[in-house]
Amino acid sequence: MQLLLSTRKGLIQLVPEGTSWRTLRLSFPGVAVSYATRDPRDGRIWACLDHGHWGQKLHYSADDGASWQEVAAPKYPEGAEVKPGVPAVLRYLWVFEPGPADQPGRLYLGTEPGGLFRSDDGGASWNLVTGLWDQPTRTTHWMGGGRDHPGIHSIVIDPRNSRHVRIGISCAGVFETLDDGVSWRPTNRGLKASFLPDPSVEVGHDPHLLVACTGAPDVLWQQNHCGIFRSTDGGAQWTDVGEAGGPAHFGFAIAADPANPATAWVVPAHSDEQRLAPSGALCVCRTDDGGASWQAFRTGLPQRDCYDIVLRHALDYREDRLVIGSTTGNVYVSADRGVSWSCLGNHFPPVYAARFA
Amino acid sequence: MPKVRFTPHLRRFFPKLEEGPVEGVTVAEVIRALDQKHPGLAAYLVDDRGALRKHVNVFLREEPVRDRDRLSDAVAPGDEVFILQALSGG
Repeated sequence: MQLLLSTRKGLIQLVPEGTSWRTLRLSFPGVAVSYATRDPRDGRIWACLDHGHWGQKLHYSADDGASWQEVAAPKYPEGAEVKPGVPAVLRYLWVFEPGPADQPGRLYLGTEPGGLFRSDDGGASWNLVTGLWDQPTRTTHWMGGGRDHPGIHSIVIDPRNSRHVRIGISCAGVFETLDDGVSWRPTNRGLKASFLPDPSVEVGHDPHLLVACTGAPDVLWQQNHCGIFRSTDGGAQWTDVGEAGGPAHFGFAIAADPANPATAWVVPAHSDEQRLAPSGALCVCRTDDGGASWQAFRTGLPQRDCYDIVLRHALDYREDRLVIGSTTGNVYVSADRGVSWSCLGNHFPPVYAARFA
Repeated sequence: MPKVRFTPHLRRFFPKLEEGPVEGVTVAEVIRALDQKHPGLAAYLVDDRGALRKHVNVFLREEPVRDRDRLSDAVAPGDEVFILQALSGG
């Protein structure tokens, strides 16, 4: 197992050493990496780059990061518009999702300004998923959240049915397809959008991150701009499971236990107005009862003078281990399901994504 | 033929990039010709629509190109086209 840190100054790979981790290498020095992950089907590592000058680039490594190959990043088709009069051009590669085992060569990219791209040839070519792009609400009810234009940051493939894919869009909400991307429908009932005149609109929500329980794929979680929500029926109905009066409410990241549908972790932040570590202290909250209650774990995490925020892709879980990376360049790992944490370093660049790989 | 110069930063991605003459009577044609010689280079300079990226500058006869959208500025034989990145923060 490795750890991939996508940071403002490059991709940092770490490998286990004893009970801790050591840096294996820095790839793309000085270049912002928005997201990186490994495709479990062939072992390739994929990295999404966000050059300050040269645009969004996509690279893969077939030798564990020793060397990298660039493939052409997706392009929005000629004439595509974010809204009437605003041409669509690739602004940001939000997330890369390898396809399932029964669709070899299938890859997904979620982008700003709101396009989902798909490759069926291992990344040699990319096509805009027009069924979603042509969704009638896109030009009327999707909007930017934190960035200028809507962004697709979550792609969740149903492990029982590869043609069933869910995505999270900020801001629009959760959409799903049951026919491999031909048609899409919003599944946002029960969510709140307190930043809109009508908080219960069908489209216009801000799910900061959407995740599913792999072992019980109808159980979905989202850390939303307006709370933490859970669904037990595949998104037909969402329930607010945030902690009234406690820290587990606002934040960006969420991780679901792949085996236990009642367990999830979040990294709380203080309110959408401030976006700071609550009370100057960092904690990770876990629920083991489907969100009915939350426990805040603080051992090993800074409890004073702390300004760390953990962005949506910067929390990950695998095999009882967790990792968080912050915008302040602090990285912590836990080997006991989040109860206690140890610091991997305080001088990393701002972390955009942390993934076990 | 116009002559093209580059910021050394681009050699990081295209190590074989060399200054020299390139075919073309507009800036857009010069970039297309460069892309044929160095596949993928155009995508570093222009966006999906062919407009100059926000933080890339092209100077023609030591003046910034006027048409950043379509790069239609006329290039004459003997002109120097200088491609470089805008300055940026830390």
